[in-house]
Amino acid sequence: MEIHDVSDELEIKVKKYQRGEGADLESLKDKKLKGQLANKEDLFKKSANAAAKAEKWLMQTEEGRLEPDGLEKTWRFSQQSIANEVDVASRKNQFDLVLPDLGPYTLDYTSSGRYMVSAGRKGHLTIIDLHTLKPIKDMQVRETVRDVVFLHNEFFFAAAQKKYTYIYNRAGTELHCLKEHGAVLKLQFLKNHFLLSSINKFGHLHYQDITTGQMIGNYRSGLGRSDVLQLNPYNSVLTSGHSGGTVSMWKPTTPAPLVKMLCHRGPVTAIAFHPNGHLMATAGMDKKLKIWDLRKYEAIQTLPGLAKSLDFSQKGMLATSTGSFVQVLAASDSQEYSRYMIHTMAKGYQVNKVLFRPYEDVLGIGHSNGLSSILIPGSGEPNFDSWVANPYETSKQRREKEVRVLLDKLPPESIMLDPTQIGNLRNTKKKEKPKQHEIEAEKAAAIVAAKNVPLKKKTKGRSKPSKVTRKKQEGIELAKRSFVEQNKEDGVMKKKQKRTTDASELPVALQPFVSRKTT
Amino acid sequence: MASPVWDNHLPTQLCFTTERIGVFQPFLATAYSAFHQNVVDNRLQIKLIIMRVKVISRSADEFTRERSNDLQRVSRNYDPKLRPQEKAVEYVRALNAAKLDKVFARPFIGAMDGHIDAISSIAKNPSHLKGIFSASMDGDIRLWDIASRKTVCQYPGHQGAVRGLTVSTDGRVLVSCGSDCTVRLWRIPLASGIESDDSSDKSLATYVWKNAFWAVDHQWEGNLFATAGAQVDIWDHNRSQPVNNFEWGNDTVISVRFNPGEPNILATSGSDRSITIYDLRTSSPARKLIMRTKTNSIAWNPMEPMNFTAANENCNCYSFDARKLEEAKCVHKDHVSAVMDIDYSPTGREFVTGSYDRTVRIFQYNGGHSREIYHTKRMQRVFCVKFSCDASYVISGSDDTNLRLWKAKASEQLGVILPRERKKHEYMEAVKNRYKHLPEVKRILRHRHLPKPIYKAGLLRRTMADAEKRKEERRRAHSAPGSIPRRSLRKNRIIQEIE
Repeated sequence: MEIHDVSDELEIKVKKYQRGEGADLESLKDKKLKGQLANKEDLFKKSANAAAKAEKWLMQTEEGRLEPDGLEKTWRFSQQSIANEVDVASRKNQFDLVLPDLGPYTLDYTSSGRYMVSAGRKGHLTIIDLHTLKPIKDMQVRETVRDVVFLHNEFFFAAAQKKYTYIYNRAGTELHCLKEHGAVLKLQFLKNHFLLSSINKFGHLHYQDITTGQMIGNYRSGLGRSDVLQLNPYNSVLTSGHSGGTVSMWKPTTPAPLVKMLCHRGPVTAIAFHPNGHLMATAGMDKKLKIWDLRKYEAIQTLPGLAKSLDFSQKGMLATSTGSFVQVLAASDSQEYSRYMIHTMAKGYQVNKVLFRPYEDVLGIGHSNGLSSILIPGSGEPNFDSWVANPYETSKQRREKEVRVLLDKLPPESIMLDPTQIGNLRNTKKKEKPKQHEIEAEKAAAIVAAKNVPLKKKTKGRSKPSKVTRKKQEGIELAKRSFVEQNKEDGVMKKKQKRTTDASELPVALQPFVSRKTT
Repeated sequence: MASPVWDNHLPTQLCFTTERIGVFQPFLATAYSAFHQNVVDNRLQIKLIIMRVKVISRSADEFTRERSNDLQRVSRNYDPKLRPQEKAVEYVRALNAAKLDKVFARPFIGAMDGHIDAISSIAKNPSHLKGIFSASMDGDIRLWDIASRKTVCQYPGHQGAVRGLTVSTDGRVLVSCGSDCTVRLWRIPLASGIESDDSSDKSLATYVWKNAFWAVDHQWEGNLFATAGAQVDIWDHNRSQPVNNFEWGNDTVISVRFNPGEPNILATSGSDRSITIYDLRTSSPARKLIMRTKTNSIAWNPMEPMNFTAANENCNCYSFDARKLEEAKCVHKDHVSAVMDIDYSPTGREFVTGSYDRTVRIFQYNGGHSREIYHTKRMQRVFCVKFSCDASYVISGSDDTNLRLWKAKASEQLGVILPRERKKHEYMEAVKNRYKHLPEVKRILRHRHLPKPIYKAGLLRRTMADAEKRKEERRRAHSAPGSIPRRSLRKNRIIQEIE
């Protein structure tokens, strides 16, 4: 029995590393290709097994958990009671920075979770090293700062200030003033592509490559002012939420959005993406929190409640915040999100942003009176990969990593909704010609639509009955004309095809000259 | 005390009485705690809060090194979730690897200068990696040291052009034959660096015979060697006359090669456009294949000894299976002029050809087109090529009296490679191969600069071939169906096979 369980567990793990199904070798006729592919599949299986074994035995850190007994609910546990149970080092991660005068705070973490940059609305910027809890730089820019985001390193961050966006050094030196972005409301950084993207007061999206300084894309969203901008880490697609309840997804190379979804009946207030790439959480003013499946574009769960800010953790927990109330939802085995933990802040505190810290069980909260950080057991990925993000990296490692990441910088054209399509063959879909009855149906529908168009009543004798009927007839003729033209084209094509006759109609002497392409 | 008490003052905590403690087993608790709390109703009740809480906690010394001369610690997590867009990253790496390949592609290492006439043949010593023998049209035979590209010693003696060179199995005797109707045997100095020039007489023997010789080859395991001239003669080292001879037809035999696997089988090519396979154990030749054009040279595949490739006058190389000569296994087309010489790599996976059109090409053993082309302005007609015994270098001897040393893989790093470097090279190779079919990567990998005459000649050949094909189609269309059969290119060039 035990052996069964162990092997099942290993199988599940192996599936995770296999990245999809193997090739279908049965239907191949080419023996050489079949042999080569079989060899490759064998190697893939071996490497997946080795990775699964490494995960089982070689992981150094255990993940966090909160196990209630029996009738207890996990959300009954307060931060105080958790603090009493954990070790001193972890208790350090729970802190409250009281900064009452400088406005609601927003924050960002580096990808390794070691450094945090925070910005108060009234212009206070700080970078804090979370391992030593010392501020690296603390400065006042004397302008409103609406958003702040780290670039690829803790050495660079961008702050969206009153009129322009500025890029600063770790030492606080202003490196660049990005005037083209305008008055930015939200910033996002695409790590793999080195693109700094922003949405400004007019609802314009900008993508700028920070390695060359070139503006890659500059698009009008067309949906008005929006202050919700979120990046989907799975495929690097930017999503913005608008006041009509629509959520639109953008990539840097097309001026029109990839997807426009109507998510809510009121303005969208927050969006968040699950790291696996196919779950999206949106919150709107219609007091609903919806969890969407992005493969089918349908809502799999609707929860009641307002949310000013949403964030998914590395393990899939969802943190929401409204007013001074923060709650964390976790998905049980049935994939339904339910309340996991709550944290009520003191009465006057308005939470501005919640953000999970990578590789730690910590939730950072930026609110109107400063910054807080609370422990959420089980939310962070315990084992980091040194070559992806290393919280303990030395300066030499950091420099090497910067060079390697720059070498692997992805071109902006590689952003697509399904990132696994790169390297695949394009499906050549044959355009199906609509059948005759379908064309007739379309024509009838167009004529009905043309008939039902209400004509404006004009004054001063310009809407005589004869004129009205003539105008109506013209509308109907116009609708019919487009179909007649289509038919004519098809007719011409048919005639052209007719000319190249098939072999049986020709005399025997001319049969060899029939063009091979049509037969 | 038996019932659970709900404390209304602290809604976030749930308390249980002492009775329920006994139910919990101690091994379940990782952070098992109980603490007393003051109470409702003036009664002292022991309330316990049981929970199991664990938070990620790392200690810095597990992840940082202890001393400065330790290696840095690396912890890995292979989870694909941590690496979004990994296919795009791989594609970018493949593109960069292809570009770096081209940046580092410098195949020419050096030229060995010394001969004063065109080089007619090269021989390699199977037991000594660093040395190579070359012979020129004025009778000058030299032994070169490849590493320093200098002549080690010379073997003067031949009166006319030296047509063939070969080394015996044990690597001690060099056999040469020439158009002065002699076969000479020379002693090869030991590899331990004896650089004496004329200290001792290196000539072991000189055998004079009736006709001029065109080629010579030594058995791979044995003491016999074969010469090609008016007929095929089999000699023994110690006999001054051939021990055996083979003849089929009246034409001269141009080249001869022994089979690496079967020491008694040899293949020859003649000026009557034939390829003949002989077996020494029988007194009559085994098989003959007549083609449309003359074969200049033959090479057996050392890893698959039943296959051989013939370098033909009509710019193609034909690979045959010796057991089934009616159809070529593969036609290798890329040269624009006659292919003069061919040699297989010891891996059996590629071969190098030298052609009259001043280029050296490297083909895959089963590939229709060349993988690589080497050319230089100074290199004129290439008459002989050899693949070095460690499959890393290609040596070409040409009309301009120089031997040239090339790398087999143009962007390979020579010298000692550290293990990390080697792993990186292997990774780049693997990622390049995974995406080599995508158009951008393919364009970069395929790109070669061709000299203008070769490029133009290639275009011309293609136009001519297309025109020929079109005319063939029209002829077929104008005649009765089935009267002009379709012949595959593999069979097309073969006229007949004779038993």
